[in-house]
Amino acid sequence: MATYRRSGISRRAVVEGAAATAIGILAAPMISRAQAKPIKIGMPTILSGRVAQLGTSSRNAVMLEVDKVNATGGLAGRPIEMVIRDSKGQPQEAARVARELINSDGCELLIDAEASSGAFAVHEVARDLKILCLHTNSETSSLTADPKQRIPNAFRVCRQGIHDSIVGGAYSANVANAKKLTKWMTCSPDYAYGRDTTAQFVEYLKHFKSDVEVVSEAWPKLFQPDYTEVLTKILQTKPQALYSCLWGGDLTSFIEQGNIYALFTQTETFAVNMADYTALTVVKNLPKGIHSGNRYIKTFPKTAQNASWADAYRAKYNEYPTNWVWQNATAVNFLSAAARKANSADGTKLADALRGLTIDSPFGSNGKLTLRADDQTLIDYAVGWGTTIPTEPYVPDVTPGDWRQIIELETEWKKKNNYT
Amino acid sequence: MDLASLVSCFGSSACLVTQVTSGLIIGMLLFLVAAGLTLIFGVLKVINFTHGAFYMLGAYFAFSIFKATDSYVIAMFGAAVATAVVGLIFERLFMSRVYGRNMLMQLLVCYGFILIFDDVVKIIWGAEFRSMGMPAIFQVPPLFIAGGVVPPFYLFLVSMTTVIGVTLWLVIERTRFGKIVRAAAHNPSMLSVLGVNTGVLYGLVFGLGGLLAGFAGALAAPVRSLTPGMGFSILIESFIVTVIGGMGSIVGAFIGSLLIGLIRTFGTVGFPLFTDGLMYLFMVMVLIVRPTGLFGKEIA
Repeated sequence: MATYRRSGISRRAVVEGAAATAIGILAAPMISRAQAKPIKIGMPTILSGRVAQLGTSSRNAVMLEVDKVNATGGLAGRPIEMVIRDSKGQPQEAARVARELINSDGCELLIDAEASSGAFAVHEVARDLKILCLHTNSETSSLTADPKQRIPNAFRVCRQGIHDSIVGGAYSANVANAKKLTKWMTCSPDYAYGRDTTAQFVEYLKHFKSDVEVVSEAWPKLFQPDYTEVLTKILQTKPQALYSCLWGGDLTSFIEQGNIYALFTQTETFAVNMADYTALTVVKNLPKGIHSGNRYIKTFPKTAQNASWADAYRAKYNEYPTNWVWQNATAVNFLSAAARKANSADGTKLADALRGLTIDSPFGSNGKLTLRADDQTLIDYAVGWGTTIPTEPYVPDVTPGDWRQIIELETEWKKKNNYT
Repeated sequence: MDLASLVSCFGSSACLVTQVTSGLIIGMLLFLVAAGLTLIFGVLKVINFTHGAFYMLGAYFAFSIFKATDSYVIAMFGAAVATAVVGLIFERLFMSRVYGRNMLMQLLVCYGFILIFDDVVKIIWGAEFRSMGMPAIFQVPPLFIAGGVVPPFYLFLVSMTTVIGVTLWLVIERTRFGKIVRAAAHNPSMLSVLGVNTGVLYGLVFGLGGLLAGFAGALAAPVRSLTPGMGFSILIESFIVTVIGGMGSIVGAFIGSLLIGLIRTFGTVGFPLFTDGLMYLFMVMVLIVRPTGLFGKEIA
């Protein structure tokens, strides 16, 4: 009797193989779904009150970039799901919201788009819960410069006061030398940001031009509606130059009211926060020749990438980008690059990847941005000063700051403040 | 404290002219808001905390009307009338229900509507600050009077508020309507018995208060940022003015406003870090000497 031997594959093997294949096919979507589990990123910010624009524009920028990241596979294969909450500009609420985002909403990362007071509160939550946190709107230098504040899981992805002060001091000293401006006055909002920023600016102005004398100071309240008494005080003092770090609606009120006193034809004005579309597009009679630091304008850096990014933002949201916009967009870009580098969306691995990471960016001084490893803060961003004209592009030419000089003087500043 | 600067300012005509006109500018705008506040209190015995919101609405109405018509005169009068209508409707529909009730209830209604008006502004005009800009006619260099700087727009503002203030005084003191209003402040029950519809009268008084706040908002709009909640700071200062002048007294509101304006402008020169404190200190001093305010009347 002839016996047929199956050569090669037995029936059992075929059945087992078929079963395995079937299980594989059936299970594939589940595995795929497991791999595609969204990663929730919490974002406490200010969405109501007088500075709601900080939060709304930050949110817009993040969503613009998140859509791009998700279109290319998300963070290490996991689509990003943003959970954005309003802190109403109150630090205690910012801390509560941040905690809730992590503990109740299941967020694995934080983009902290709070202003400085809230950022310090969120920072403590990040310290406590050991969650990766990217601060995107706090410019207070001590947040990352002070070693006591530093934690391995928190990064600053935005400009900071000390960098702006050094660049502002150097630029203003050059103008002061050229125009022989020695008699200065300051007019800044009477709260921590106004006082600190003004003191740092004056420090570096005097560093570069030692014969500068600040003959008077004015400290209007934050959100003060009427600057008449401040303006008349400036007119009485007759300074050759005026420095101000008023911002937003306060700055536009000051400019509009200063215009009717012809202040800007009598005094060389240095308003660090003028060159931001939030102010430039709102002031109806923007004077020519106000010196300002760049906050965000599409003409600086003068590159096609920067201009097209600004145009894309404006096309999508029908509003001009703000300074907060580039910073929040950059945070998403860094997270995306870190996830690619670490091949993971895990917070600890992302933090390791972020430390010292350099990315291509339209907002970099040379097309690149770096998260400096030793203090986990952003450097090499486009920072500079220029003068205004009444119509677009508003600040046509910006003199860029020198990052070698910034880092050199920042190091000295850190030593002086025992931050090293 | 910089007393040397203050003394030197008093010795300089340029400084005096600039600071006095600045005091007038601040004071007259405050007067328009405070006059409405004190009028409503005088007649209705209600502290209308929504009055700052009326000022805000006046500014936003002026912003939109100016944008549509390019005429500042139309914007100013349009804004004032529109705010008066809002005041009238607000009184008839809501405030009229809490007269004679617990003050806490009145406060709650007012506070609730401050938030509602702020949110309505956000929905219609957006949460971002806005700027109306200076009408073309006033985009001219400032005048120099005795060495002092006086912007033409501020001359217009002071003249306009003076005209409004004098008209208000004439209406209250010399017209039949004014007599009825004064009678309502004194004895509303008797007025009602005599056949006057006090409900309508109260609505008109609230509307008049809104008209004044609307004018103030429209006059402030060319030089101040428009933002939801902008009425809050002027409400506090107006409240100080009415307390200093005497609750319910329009003349008191006028004098109180001018005093606050001058304290602010000269305070900035002599006490730059204590200007706000000076206002409160002055209020405390007035209340110690005259607890009912400079022109307030003792309650029998």
